[in-house]
This record gives sequence, C-alpha cells and structure tokens, in this order.
Amino acid sequence: MAEKVLMKGNEALAEAAIMAGCRHYFGYPITPQTEIAAYMAKRMPKIGGTFLQAESEIAAINMVYGAAAAGKRAMTSSSSPGIALKSEGLSYLAGSDLPALIINVQRGGPGLGGIQPSQSDYFHATRGAGHGDFHMIVLAPASVQEMVDLTFKGFDLADKYRSPVMLLSDGTMGQMMEPVSLDMGEVKEYDKSSWATNGTKCEREHNVVNSLFIQPDELERYNFERYERYAHIEANEVMYSEYCMDDAEICIVAYGVAARVSQNAVDKAREQGIKVGMIRPITLWPFPKAVLNAAADKVKAFISVELSMGQLIEDVQLATSCKKPVLLCNRTGGMIPTTEDVLASINKANSVGGDK
Amino acid sequence: MTKSILLAGFGGQGILFSGKFLAYKGLIEGNEVSWLPSYGPEMRGGTCNCSVILSDRQIGSPIVTNPDILIAMNLPSLDKFENAVVPGGQIFVDSTLIERKVNRDDVDVFYIPATRLASENGFQTLANMVMIGHLLSKGDFTRDNIDTAMGKIVSAKRQNLLDSNIAAVELGYNY
Amino acid sequence: MIVFDKPKALADVPLHYCPGCTHGIVHRLVAEVIDELGIEGKTVGVAPVGCSVFAYNYFNCDMIEAAHGRAPAVATGVKRADPDNIVFTYQGDGDLASIGTCETVHAAARNENITIIFINNTIYGMTGGQMAPTSLPGQITQTSPYGRDVNTVGLPIKVCEMLSQVDGASYLERVAVNNVKNVRNAKKAIKRAFQNQLEGKGFSLIEVLSTCPTNWGLTPDKALKWLEENMIPYYPLGVYKDKYSEEGK
Repeated sequence: MAEKVLMKGNEALAEAAIMAGCRHYFGYPITPQTEIAAYMAKRMPKIGGTFLQAESEIAAINMVYGAAAAGKRAMTSSSSPGIALKSEGLSYLAGSDLPALIINVQRGGPGLGGIQPSQSDYFHATRGAGHGDFHMIVLAPASVQEMVDLTFKGFDLADKYRSPVMLLSDGTMGQMMEPVSLDMGEVKEYDKSSWATNGTKCEREHNVVNSLFIQPDELERYNFERYERYAHIEANEVMYSEYCMDDAEICIVAYGVAARVSQNAVDKAREQGIKVGMIRPITLWPFPKAVLNAAADKVKAFISVELSMGQLIEDVQLATSCKKPVLLCNRTGGMIPTTEDVLASINKANSVGGDK
Repeated sequence: MTKSILLAGFGGQGILFSGKFLAYKGLIEGNEVSWLPSYGPEMRGGTCNCSVILSDRQIGSPIVTNPDILIAMNLPSLDKFENAVVPGGQIFVDSTLIERKVNRDDVDVFYIPATRLASENGFQTLANMVMIGHLLSKGDFTRDNIDTAMGKIVSAKRQNLLDSNIAAVELGYNY
Repeated sequence: MIVFDKPKALADVPLHYCPGCTHGIVHRLVAEVIDELGIEGKTVGVAPVGCSVFAYNYFNCDMIEAAHGRAPAVATGVKRADPDNIVFTYQGDGDLASIGTCETVHAAARNENITIIFINNTIYGMTGGQMAPTSLPGQITQTSPYGRDVNTVGLPIKVCEMLSQVDGASYLERVAVNNVKNVRNAKKAIKRAFQNQLEGKGFSLIEVLSTCPTNWGLTPDKALKWLEENMIPYYPLGVYKDKYSEEGK
C-alpha cells in the first residue's frame, strides 16, 4: 500500500488519468476545473504525452474524438457551460462507439451561472448529453480517493464498452484536498485493431469511424446493438454505497458533495434516535434501481438531497415506482445544503412518512 | 473525535497554506483529514478562507460551517465567522490586525499579535504560521511532527523557507 | 495492356456524386498522390459533412467521419495520437469556411502538421443548393433567390487570402479542376501538401475551385465554363503562402 498523500481532487484525478495510460488531453480554460488542465500542461510534456489547449470546448472534444479514433486513451475536462458545448461531440463519440473520458466539474447554471459547486447537470449527463439515442456511463465521486479510483475505472469502462464515460464531479470535489493512495494496479489493455484508425499498414481492410447511417434500418440496427450493450452495462456495472441502511426507516439518496453533507445529517439524526440511512449512487447511469426498489419495501420515505432543482429525485421516483413518498432537500446556484437543512428534511420525512 | 477548523483572512496571508500544514500534520498522525478552500474571484485580493477537518473516523461534509476552532486574521473574517463558532470552541485572533475584542463569552479566545511578532522576528510573511504555532500550544494538539508536516508542503529545495516556517511556528507556540 | 486504372488508394465502389461533379476528379488526385508517395498504409483521412460526407467509403486508407466543420480538430487529435501517420481532411466550403472557420483558423495558427483539401464550389450541395460563405456576389441559390445581396449578407470569404495572414500556416495554394492544365497543377499542389506533411513542414491547405452542375443548374460543360468565367476572376489561382520557399529566398 503506497503512502497516502494529500492532493486536490482535480490534480489527483489528472494524475490518475496519466496512471491509467491517458497521454492525450485536450481542454479549454473554465473555472472550477482549470487545475486539471494546468496539471496536464505540466506533466504531459515530461512523459511524452499531448497537452493541447484547444480553441474552444467544441474543438477540444473533437480532438478527443480524433485521438480516441486512433485508439488512444484520451480525455477532456470542463465545467457546466463548457460541457454543454461538448454535447455535439459526446453524441458523435457515442454514435461512433469511441471510448473517452469526459470530466464535468459542475458549477451553477443556467447560462453563465456561477462558479460555485452544483449538481444541476444531472439531467444533461444522464438524459440529454447530446442528440440521439445514447447513454454515457456516468460516475459520481464523493471523495478525492474516488476521483482517483473512478478516473482509473472510467478509462477501463470506456474501453470495455467502447463508450464515452463521464465523471460528474463538482467544484467541492475538485477543489478539496484529502489523503489519497495512487496505488492503482495494472492497466488492462484492450485490442482496438478491429476499429481503430491508426493506419492500415497495408495489412488489413481500412477501418472507418463513423456515425452516419443513411439507411434507417441500418441505423436502427446499430442503435439496437448499442442498447444491448447498455443492457449489459446496466446488469453488470451498477455501483453504489450504503450507509446505516440495515434498520433504516428513512432513506436519503444523494451523490457527490450532497452525500458527504448527508452523512453528517444521518449521524446527527441517529443521535436523536431517528432511523435514517443513505444509499449513495456511484454510477448515476446506470442508476442503482434495484437496491432502491428493494429499499422502498422497507423504508417509509426517501429524501433526495441534491444541489439542483429536483433532478436526481426523478430517478429515485422512477426506481421506486413512487411506492413511497420522495422528499426533496435541495439548494442550487452554488449553494450547498447544510447538515441542518438535511436534518430538517429527515424530521419532516419522519412525520409525513409516518402513515405509510 | 472530530475537530473542525476554519482559517480566514485576506488573500495573500497564507491562509490556505497554513490549513494545508494542519491537514498534513493530522494525516501524519493517523487522522482522516479534509481541506477545502474558498475559491474563485474572491481569492484574488479579497477574503479567503479554508476549512480543515481532522477526525478519527470517516469525514462527512468537508465544509465547515460551525467550526470548533476559528483562526481570524482580519476583521471581516472575525465579523463574519465569530458567531458561527460552536459554544465551548476556540477563537484565535491576530491582534495586530484586529483591534476589537471577541464579543462572545462562551468560547475561549486567544489574542496573538502575530503580524507584529512575525515582522519583529524577520518573518514578514509568516504571521499565518505564528497563529498556527499558538493554536498548537493552546488547542488540543501535539508539538510533534511539525518538521515532517512542513517538509511535505515546502519543497526541500527551498530549505530557507522550510526553516523560517518552522521557526515561525515555534515563535507562536512559545508566545 | 492496361493504360488506365483506378489508383490503389481509391476504393472500388461507385461514387455517389452527380454527373459532371468534380469531386470525383479531386478524389482521384488525392488517391494518386497517396499511391505515388506510398503512404496508404499510414494515411488517415477525415471526411466532412457535406457532399463528400461519404468520402470515408471511397478511400482505402483508414477514415473518420467528423461532425460538421470539426475535421481540422479531429485531424489534430489523430495527428497528435500518431505523429508518424499522414492525416488529411477533405472539406467543402460550408464545412470549412462557415461552421468550421474557428477550427480551420486555429489549426493553421498552430501550424498543425496536417493536409487540408478544401473544395470550393460556392454552394451547399448536399442540402440542395443553399448560399455558401463562398457564394459569389449576385449568385442565385436556394437561400439567396434574388442573388447574393452583399448589403445584407456580406461578401464571400476568400479562404487562402484570409489564412495567408495567419503566421502559423505553412502552405496555401488555390487551384482549379476545370481543364486539363489546371487539373495537372492541382495534382502538383496536392502532392506538395502531402509531401510537406511527410517532411514535418506543418499546415498545408489546397483550395480547389470546383463545380456543382446540379445546384448551379448548368450542364457539366457549362459549369466548367462558369467556373472559369466567374470563380477564377474572383478567386485568383496561385500560391498564397509558402513559408519554406520564402525562408529560402
């Protein structure tokens, strides 16, 4: 076990990407994720990698598209308004079955919004990251260690399923320092020779990376195939963690910094004798539907704690088929719910959920 | 046992650096730790603050809203955070820069002329570490691992800075 | 004895282009150059959105389909991933000079070591003949039915002239494919643009004045004449920048 070091989330993430074999980073400055670009700008030239500050977010994601098409582990990072600009590229990555890691260190919106932490890109990440039928695997770290672990895993999942993977972080996770171990283990190599456009060397048929299928039946077939892969991901790659759920009568659902705040609230509520626990999705897509649906048969109410105007809550309601009431405890615009805010919701859930 | 610390002052006073020192010292001593800065335009010349949590168990929220310990290095910080400190908590005030007294009587207050002490001893920019030194002596901390923790955040190539930072901590400790 | 054959780098499939369209000529020139330089195995092409969107089917090298206008950024990613490979984009005027202006200018500014084949036929072909950034003043198109009114939509963008002001760009030449002599010159320019990349000389762009008989509403031979009489005077042929020969002087 390597010695733990204190690192900022954004920098730890960048180092983890390098350890995962990423040598191609393309980005564009935006707060609060610029440390990632700055770290890559320093490190990449020293290890023979590419750091390129693109002319726009759009260009950056298309450079990722090019490097990924060549079979390389490539990434970009940005924050909410910049991620919106990358949406076109995300759809093309998905449509061309290209692996890539996209980091969104979320800030408040809509529009130019603010620069403080937010989770208001939940819908964008899990529903509408671009046009067309597709999903990205969406990973939500709640500690600096998870920034590292999920970055490493994100590259692996991207290659394994030939899919863009998004790490959905927020300003808090990016800016905070916590002890991390960078003991990552082996990087698994995937054979990309059947599709990568890295030159035929006149030894094989030419590969084509493409998302255009003019014949509707052909396009439908590709979409069906992709969704079969998605079904496999949903069956095998769901990640979540449980906190104090054994005897819980109220279940908080929260990810990222909201889960960290909620953990404090769970502790305080338990001191008051309220049986509350938390299920923290680590994959936002695929969403941990089964465990929440099972919990719905045991608890009397759920609380969605989020830094958005009720986005995560929809997945909680869908996963539990609205079997139990789901309360919303939220702040937005860069504000973070306090432990007291969550505690107040727990008390409310404890009374309104009483008859169910 | 969880200690939450809020360090606050102007940008440029080394608030984030001193928080990092406390976090590293805590890490070396086997604690769970977190460090969270305020960020954005306010960092550039405005107020600056930093949350540090040391705990013997997994840390929940890294955001300190009600600190056990407040280190206030300018008046706006004291005005803003004085009432947030938990009853029975501690407030450390740089009395060179903050002329008023703390209004509360349910907290322990320590006044240290850190900026004057630092400047008199040739550590013009190290009032932050004088404050930290005094925190270590009056709060529930040990005097151990100061050198090691400092070594983690100041590169060995800048030996003079390493020595002066340690000396500033000692100065505050012995005040 | 075979005296005329398809270049090896050109796939043995029928092209979808309209009769009389000059895309086929330019495809052939690119493929001949790839053959002559012996680089098929290490060439990666990037196709645009526009009439040449299916170019990925027509070349035997590895091909990537880019989003509209983004080919220079995609090519940048490919080239940075495999610097020893030869990367070219093949783009039309809407793709390169309208939606992709930013990507084009910045690839030039970085002197990105790639080759761009830019087809200027003054019109959006694939979508059925709308006004392009290069449509001539007064030119009638579907979206300029009374002729391009320069008072409301401005004047055409002259890509070679514009990029010649970008310090980074290495080699810019405008050619045409309206007669045998010009086709020969076009091939020379295209070959030069690929050779530059092989020699690490950076950003080369060849603007090829081309025809669109279908959307111009002209027969193929009249379209060639229209190109000569209208386009060449507005878009003069020639080398607009050659960093290395300038330095050599």
